[in-house]
Amino acid sequence: MIKDNLFGKKLKVINIGLESFKDALDKCGVESVQVDWHPPAPVTEKSSRIITANLEQIDKANAEVMKKILAGKPALVGMGKALDTVPGMKPNLILHAGPPITWDRMCGPMRGAVVGALIYEGLAKNPADAEKLAESGEIEYAPCHEHAAVGPMAGIVSASMPVFVIKNEEFGNYSYATMNEGLGKVLRYGAFSEEVIARLRWMETALYPSLKAAIESLGSIDLRSIIAQALHMGDEVHNRNRAATSLFYRTIAPAIVATAPDKNAAIKVLEFINGNDHFFLNLSMAACKVSLDAARNILHSSIAVVMARNGTDFGVQLAGTGDRWFIGPAPVPDALFFAGFSKDDANPDIGDSAITETGGLGGFAIASAPAIVGFVGGKAADAVNYTLQMYEITAAESEAYQIPYLNFRGTPTGIDVIKVVENGITPFIDTGVAHKKAGIGQVGAGVLSAPLEPFIKAYEGLSETF
Amino acid sequence: MIIKGTVDKGKYYDSITLMTAAKKLRELAGVIDSAVIMGTKENKAILKASGLYVADFDLSSDTDMLIAIKAKNEKIADDAIGNVKVILDNLKKGGGDSREFKPRSIQKAVTDFPDANLALISVAGKYAGAEAMKALKLGLHVMLFSDNVPLETEIELKKYALQKGLLLMGPDCGTAIINGVPLAFANVVPKGKIGIVAASGTGLQETSCLIANAGEGISQAIGVGSRDIGKDVGGLMFIEGIRRLAKDPETEVILLVSKPPHESVLKKIGQTVKNIKKPVVAVFLGADLKTVEKMKMIPAFSLDDAAAVAIRTLRKETGTGFSHTDNYWKKHFLGIINKERKGISSSQKYIRGLFSGGTFCNEAQVLLKNKLKDIYSNSPILSVGKLDNPLISEKNSLIDLGADEFTVGRPHPMIDYSLRNKRIIQEASDRTVAVILLDIVLGYGDNPNPLAEIVPAIQQAKATAKKGRRAISIICSVTGTDKDPQNRATIVKGLSENGVTVMESNAAACRLAGLIVTHEVSHDKT
Repeated sequence: MIKDNLFGKKLKVINIGLESFKDALDKCGVESVQVDWHPPAPVTEKSSRIITANLEQIDKANAEVMKKILAGKPALVGMGKALDTVPGMKPNLILHAGPPITWDRMCGPMRGAVVGALIYEGLAKNPADAEKLAESGEIEYAPCHEHAAVGPMAGIVSASMPVFVIKNEEFGNYSYATMNEGLGKVLRYGAFSEEVIARLRWMETALYPSLKAAIESLGSIDLRSIIAQALHMGDEVHNRNRAATSLFYRTIAPAIVATAPDKNAAIKVLEFINGNDHFFLNLSMAACKVSLDAARNILHSSIAVVMARNGTDFGVQLAGTGDRWFIGPAPVPDALFFAGFSKDDANPDIGDSAITETGGLGGFAIASAPAIVGFVGGKAADAVNYTLQMYEITAAESEAYQIPYLNFRGTPTGIDVIKVVENGITPFIDTGVAHKKAGIGQVGAGVLSAPLEPFIKAYEGLSETF
Repeated sequence: MIIKGTVDKGKYYDSITLMTAAKKLRELAGVIDSAVIMGTKENKAILKASGLYVADFDLSSDTDMLIAIKAKNEKIADDAIGNVKVILDNLKKGGGDSREFKPRSIQKAVTDFPDANLALISVAGKYAGAEAMKALKLGLHVMLFSDNVPLETEIELKKYALQKGLLLMGPDCGTAIINGVPLAFANVVPKGKIGIVAASGTGLQETSCLIANAGEGISQAIGVGSRDIGKDVGGLMFIEGIRRLAKDPETEVILLVSKPPHESVLKKIGQTVKNIKKPVVAVFLGADLKTVEKMKMIPAFSLDDAAAVAIRTLRKETGTGFSHTDNYWKKHFLGIINKERKGISSSQKYIRGLFSGGTFCNEAQVLLKNKLKDIYSNSPILSVGKLDNPLISEKNSLIDLGADEFTVGRPHPMIDYSLRNKRIIQEASDRTVAVILLDIVLGYGDNPNPLAEIVPAIQQAKATAKKGRRAISIICSVTGTDKDPQNRATIVKGLSENGVTVMESNAAACRLAGLIVTHEVSHDKT
């Protein structure tokens, strides 16, 4: 039986293609919607056929993955030295941001950060020695992501570095992240001067014990709740962490005062946290990591559990393809540059911080952060549009994290590589920009669209699971 | 001279926007040629063929925008490339960044606009099938404007649409009128009682306009794409269209418009019509009228004939078909013929028909093939000869400027008049040409300002002929209505003021042209 909803009904049109056709409909007073169509990503016909034929199975896997991601309950439960805490950590192992990379292919800032870490560890006396050691083969490198950890920018974690321990209270898995050093000359941007090393030592000897004691005295700190509130206060917890840092500060301050050995120690620790708007970034990243890791290894799922960059390559991992990395060249971000710097100084995109977007925050939640719309064109509407577009490539909406401007709609969560490919839309990522030379540090901040290539490879990789 | 090219990765604009940008670049001083095009395999081949390919394009893919400039020197080329972004931003209204949010996918559009009932799809053919399938799965009727959709895809889409009880108009469906709304390249015609199913876009426009201009209206006009009536598709949507109109309470007369359907399809149409109580008028341009009549359809010979018969049937007036003979027309047109022949010498014997509508080129062949000898076309039907070179006319030539050889890499001649304008002047400088026969098609989607485009070419054609101490007759039909954005009356007036004889229909223009050149022949004999 033909159900006819056409003849004699009001015509309502979706126009895909030539916009002049919509103009004509407007003139005729006909309601219509223009689709801002872009060609789908070029994937092989074979993979497209396989994926199309198995959509039902993929949808089922994705539903399971999203159930896990959305149910994640990240909490800060402790701290420890990387060597004692991070699974698989060894004295000669250096963890880095992004997909796997060898010393010879590392970008300037990552090499700088490795050099800094080797000096900090006492494995080298000076930068020249450190470089020699770094390329000698004695030092091993591995992605943070392969050790349940995440690190912003260069993301370097070495054995003596203290790390936060985050627990997913729903599923019992853990993630790890270093403490944020602040802005300016810092290791994560590849700086390794004496002041950088000195700060790292202070963090290890003064900041870490205080924080560790404070966290232990509190038992655990609910990161999900802090992030949820911060989104209502103008953060997207990637490029803006001011509200989240403040909320964390309110939570931790009494405990620090209570557990610190003396007043001066407490003041120094609290001033350090207070003076760094991005202190919370490493926690928001680890919170996303722990939620996403719970959904790993659910066969056939097309949902991304990792997006990460090492300054050379951009890598993606899917829930449904195990430990495989899908990699393409990392692009140089579009950014607002600090005075005296330009795009020519910028290193290709770097850092594990895109885990926030993978978890439905950061660029995906930029509609929550009107204060930083300067990065996306200057108008609040632009930020809203970016978030709205991300709903087209995600599988679900967050239950915990909401956007006030969109009537408390949940943030777009769970990047579906099939939607990325079909709609030709890649994830929108907030990012800091490192100078391409080691040791100079941050030169700007901005946004970028993830490159298409890793997603095309991930799509094709997914088709190989059938 | 220098050729420069750059790749803008991940940038996408529709082809019309890109072609408009390329045209604007060509207007810059010192720019010899330009292309702004997506990096598909096909497009790269076009660039290679036109000498605009650079090695940088090797690594580009379907989703990259390619810019190529041939210019007098490097600076001009660089400046032109620098200009592309500004031109594209200006073309995209709203300047980009702060545009109102537009969904990027049909799925999202349906979520935002849940009572949508039709998807109008005009993306490039290689993607259009997938988009159409998504729309059908979401329960939308589809008008598929795109061409170059593979035949298997068309069949798959149409079978699926029928399963779901949906219409799939197209592919390569340029026009339709649904619930009084003109879609894509369609005219503004009043609502009425005649329903049309057409496998010919221009045929649909012409008949619906003639019906409107005669005071009647259209209930629905369904375009199905020209391949529908072929053997492979088997008339799936043509027949579905007839069935829908048969059930539609607003439709009293059904009018079918196409080239002759494949024998097997014609049979199915006949079986469908047999069970319908409403009168069915059919113009299958070039088909045997008796066969059609035997199938309980009222046959028409030409598009104007079809419109007239449909109206007469609707009004229940007596008589069917066009009763007028050649002699009638000769008498009827005598005044015009004499006027048009003034200054035309006996060595000027030929018609050059330059059509933007493919169906008009067909209709011209149907109407003139028995009246004139030596007819050639780039897309010949019946016994008409094929032109060796579509760019060079021979004797009587009827050219379809919408044919593939003319439209690769540029907009359709109903939008972009430049190619035909050149051809008009070329034909006018041929001493053997007596008549230039033209069509102008109005409506949404077509060129918004045809007079400004064509009048300079007509003036130059007349001047060229005058310089050669001869006259030239220019006859034109204007398909459209006074409600169209271009306003038919304004266009007719503008053409007449510039010495063009405007006829009510393409068929009338063809008949007149034929009589002008044969008049001379018979005159010579006596």
